[in-house]
Amino acid sequence: MNTIFYIAAAVALISTGMAISGRNAIHALLSLIISLLSVSIIFFILGAPFIAALEVIIYAGAVMVLFIFVIMMLNVGMEREMESRWLRPRMWIVPSVLSLILLIDFLYMLRTMAHPETPGQTISPKQVGVSLYTTYLLGVEIAGILLLAGIVGAYHLGRQRKKVIHRFLKKEEIIEPDKTEQ
Amino acid sequence: MVTISVEIQILFAALLFLIGLVGLLVRRNVIFMLMSVEIMFNAAGMVFIIAGAHWGQVDGQVMFIFILAVTATEVSVGLALILQMFHHFRTLDADELNKLKDDN
Repeated sequence: MNTIFYIAAAVALISTGMAISGRNAIHALLSLIISLLSVSIIFFILGAPFIAALEVIIYAGAVMVLFIFVIMMLNVGMEREMESRWLRPRMWIVPSVLSLILLIDFLYMLRTMAHPETPGQTISPKQVGVSLYTTYLLGVEIAGILLLAGIVGAYHLGRQRKKVIHRFLKKEEIIEPDKTEQ
Repeated sequence: MVTISVEIQILFAALLFLIGLVGLLVRRNVIFMLMSVEIMFNAAGMVFIIAGAHWGQVDGQVMFIFILAVTATEVSVGLALILQMFHHFRTLDADELNKLKDDN
């Protein structure tokens, strides 16, 4: 088990370093996803399977998809020569090796977890849920209000406002996002 | 299950937090800065999980769920701000936003 922890920790550190030092945002996001997967394996080892699942679903799923949506919407214009670079192995060999290490790690752990040495350590999702909805019920409601505020704020900030300028005062053409890209 | 001492586990979380902090300070692209904030949130949540696993209590995992909610809110609002910034200034560089700064 300790070896699995160290391997996953090393993969997490390497891929996080690649995530913050990458030049392309999408590649950095893929490295960040590998980092989140290895952190999820560490959570699983530490006896928190529910949190490990949440890490994969919410962080590596929902939040990273949000990032990718925004990067694609911004379309910063580096996709021209990108297609020829996809085929070069240097671009994808390191993330592939890292995720392969994680996969082997995970499969080995699943084999050994069938006979855990100390079964009392794991905190089950039921315990978490009971504690969440009894002791921390107020926190759940506050988190709900926070998420509602997040929805309203994201909608309000992300809306494309049509700039209203009187036609006699208008000096220049309003820059449309589509026209400048072409 | 794991016989690694808590110090090493927390050291790992601190290293992750440090990488996120360095990324936040070094990178000027706002998308990378937001990703670094994500890394730091993740490392902070990991400390909760480690402590909860060490004491065998569920409170650490409950706190991680709250951190998850805060992170989701922060990311959605932050990405909407990035969209607005790109539409107004046509750049993703945080240093370009110096309209209030004196030119000297």
